[in-house]
Amino acid sequence: MADSVLNLTGPVAKENRVGLSALDYKGGKSTLCAGCGHDAISNQIIRAFYEMSVKPESVAKFSGIGCSSKTPAYFMSRAHGFNAVHGRMPAVATGATLANRKLVSIGVSGDGDSASIGLGQLLHMIRRNISMVYIVENNGVYGLTKGQFSATADEGSQLKNGVINDLPPMDLCALAITCGAGFVARGFAGDPKQMVTMLKAAIAYDGLAFIDVISPCVTFNNHEGSTKSYPYAKEHDEILHQVGFVPSFEPIEIDYEPGEVRDVSLHDGSRVLLKKLEEDYDPGDANQAMTRLHRAVSAGQMLTGIVYLDPAKKSFTSQLGIVDEPLGTLSQDVIRPPKEALDQIMAELM
Amino acid sequence: MTNLSDSTVAEERDSAAGERTNDLTIHVATVNGSGSQSSNNVLMRAIFQMGIPVSGKNLFPSNIAGLPTWFTIRASSEGWTGRRRNVDVLVCMNPATGADDVKALNPGAICIFDDALGLEGSRDDVTFYPIPFSKIAGEVTSDSRLRKLIANMVYVGVVAWMIGIDREELVSAVERQFSGKAKAVELNVEAIDKGIAYAADNLEPQVAHRLQRMDKTRGQILIDGNSAAALGAMFGGVTVATWYPITPSSSLCEALIEYLKAYRLADDGKATFAVVQAEDEISAIGMVIGAAWAGARSMTATSGPGISLMTEFAGLGYFAEIPAVVWDIQRIGPSTGLPTRTSQGDLLQVAHLSHGDTEHIVLFPGSVAECFEFAMKALDFAELFQTPVFVLSDLDLGMNSWMSEPFEYPTEPINRGKVLTAEKLKELGGKWGRYLDVDGDGIPWRTLPGTDHPDAAYFTRGSGHNEEARYTEKPEDYVNLMERLRKKFETARGHVPRPVIEREEGARVGLIAFGSSDVAVQEARHVLRRDHDLATSYLRLRALPFTKDLEAFVADHDRIYVIEQNRDGQLRSLIRLELKGDPDLRSILHFDGLPLYARFVVESVVAMEGEKRNG
Repeated sequence: MADSVLNLTGPVAKENRVGLSALDYKGGKSTLCAGCGHDAISNQIIRAFYEMSVKPESVAKFSGIGCSSKTPAYFMSRAHGFNAVHGRMPAVATGATLANRKLVSIGVSGDGDSASIGLGQLLHMIRRNISMVYIVENNGVYGLTKGQFSATADEGSQLKNGVINDLPPMDLCALAITCGAGFVARGFAGDPKQMVTMLKAAIAYDGLAFIDVISPCVTFNNHEGSTKSYPYAKEHDEILHQVGFVPSFEPIEIDYEPGEVRDVSLHDGSRVLLKKLEEDYDPGDANQAMTRLHRAVSAGQMLTGIVYLDPAKKSFTSQLGIVDEPLGTLSQDVIRPPKEALDQIMAELM
Repeated sequence: MTNLSDSTVAEERDSAAGERTNDLTIHVATVNGSGSQSSNNVLMRAIFQMGIPVSGKNLFPSNIAGLPTWFTIRASSEGWTGRRRNVDVLVCMNPATGADDVKALNPGAICIFDDALGLEGSRDDVTFYPIPFSKIAGEVTSDSRLRKLIANMVYVGVVAWMIGIDREELVSAVERQFSGKAKAVELNVEAIDKGIAYAADNLEPQVAHRLQRMDKTRGQILIDGNSAAALGAMFGGVTVATWYPITPSSSLCEALIEYLKAYRLADDGKATFAVVQAEDEISAIGMVIGAAWAGARSMTATSGPGISLMTEFAGLGYFAEIPAVVWDIQRIGPSTGLPTRTSQGDLLQVAHLSHGDTEHIVLFPGSVAECFEFAMKALDFAELFQTPVFVLSDLDLGMNSWMSEPFEYPTEPINRGKVLTAEKLKELGGKWGRYLDVDGDGIPWRTLPGTDHPDAAYFTRGSGHNEEARYTEKPEDYVNLMERLRKKFETARGHVPRPVIEREEGARVGLIAFGSSDVAVQEARHVLRRDHDLATSYLRLRALPFTKDLEAFVADHDRIYVIEQNRDGQLRSLIRLELKGDPDLRSILHFDGLPLYARFVVESVVAMEGEKRNG
């Protein structure tokens, strides 16, 4: 597997720009199975927020129900977390982002949570373009209920007990693009470097940043015959491009040949750098993204990288035209109109 | 085809007999979608402006256009605003229901009808007035589409002339109805004048059914319960409102949007609120829970089917202690039921909405003024008790127009409940527990996401949690939590609105009701006293949990009639659960989808009292 990251991030600094150490971003002890892909993702979330110097107190973590949805307890204990009901995390996160638009929100979900019981909420959240990072830790099975197929299981994939899935999988990235997402990526839990870079870009993105991460279930879906196992994913990982990310506070000049790297500026001045690999892929073209995703399915590939990126999309909170201060803490004189207003309304009703 | 007239076959002749001024019911039968709403509003408004107490009820089908619809206006010099089944003046514009509408009339009633319907002579105890509405409308406009609307305004003029509604009040009501549209005002006034002129030339003014100016509405307002609730929410400081369209609750959120746009923009024109039309009711309450968790005063409004969908989140809100306000504008269930008919059938479900042991604070507004007041209270209670608060209104209260004293501006400041700020956490040295009962009232302290203190955060979950908000499956932790939630509910008992109690000297019979039943029960008590020499005391419940007043009231009476608008006696069941012993609680149940009316209560009480006396 090729190194998927442009060489931009050096060794981890002892202290970030808000004076915190990586330890300040840690969470509780994981209760997931040893070697679970989800834990690898949690580690990259910690690293991304640390390196982006986002104060954990300004972060809100959301999840639904399932193994993946336990993970917000395992990173950034100093951030408020909300483990909602099965499949309904998008609504809760939507409400919270409306109440406090200054929160940096991250949601972690699974393929059962997002592709089955919560598919409707997920798609509507994408359609609204809620400003948050939304990660699906995708392993094709229900873990907590001990290994039933989910809606992202590949056709022909086999359970441990020999049952074969004969329904087609849902491609959440393709669905996200269809519903208007402006940031759609696919990662692999076994590729932490690519993961952390995409996460940092997702944090900087103002809008819904959707990341579908293939995260093998070591207990129920890591055997031969599974198409969401570590060996299968490693073998079939098709990297679209090397992903680089330059946060707004790091004016690093990159040394590259003109035309070799695609440079996309985000709202906050950060830049996403996508270094071409084997093909001329334009992540700003939704049609091409869809075509490429479909082609990957028929070729048995697992495409990773930023599949689609539209930096100009307006987030829901911007569209609503609400005040800059969090709605949740507005003072009484702002949220209760004066007596004259009631008098006027009453007079009109007489 | 639905025909409401079947259920309005008249038997209530006693109280309507004889000539009485300012005491009549006008029933207008039209085709849904024909634009009669404006005409009916003008009629009602004009009567109101004449100083005569009035109420209006729209009986409409679940349909956009074509099915029958009725509007009933009751003028009552004594101020009774509940439904009355006797119809004195019928306006028949709908060929599909004309014959049945006429059958339902009391002897002595008059029937003004579109002459094409040919209803004359179908009864000899009713006076018929065929009117060439279409022809008269044709004199006002040649536009065939407009002519239908204009014909409706012509009946306003005809009725007004016959029963004595002042023209000047009609004109002022039209100006109000078509505010800012000079052309429409002109056209409609012309239509009314044509109606008046036709009536003056061809008809006789009524003697038995007559209105004349009085002075009983001065200073009063006319408003529907949903608009009142929206106003209350706005003055209660709502900042996030979500909704999914469902009859009969949609008009609450639509009114809220209008009020917020008019009165809640900051100086720079930005909104101090967010309103989201969700993809379904699950999402609507999920957003409310998320927003309230992050500090917003949040609410949603729905009806029965939406309440069913909100069940899981209601349990999360109760168990994880997150504020939320949910208005349930009840309609007939179960299932889709009768979407445009009123009911009090969600009570039992809402009281314990969720799987597992759950009990909710529920408010029962009984008037538009209480819709306003409880909208503010609900937002306060939700944050004060950190729990979902339900407000049970219904279609009759929510969508119909009611007279009221003007609403009073709140005297109490907004109550945000127990929230620890970063400063407060600093004072505490960061030592706190999200679910610790430090004050002994069962209500813990919470922090809001985004609070800038390293110890502010906690993890919210609908799974088992201890006082520090950590995951637990320990039996004692679960029991502790559930006992504290019970304690919190007991604390709420001391805060929720107490019942309104009207005792009558020597009364052995007590009536208990809630919500929109109030107007009919009030009138029934009056009739029971006047016509049956029966004194009753009355307790109107206004909230769950019940307060101690209920037990005392029941103990003080020999027999209690629990009056409610559902089949199963849901309120009576809740009262039975609450009270010790086996008090004599009898049910009076009205559940055909139309609003409760006084005569029904009177006849039920008299029948059961008679049985009691005989037995």
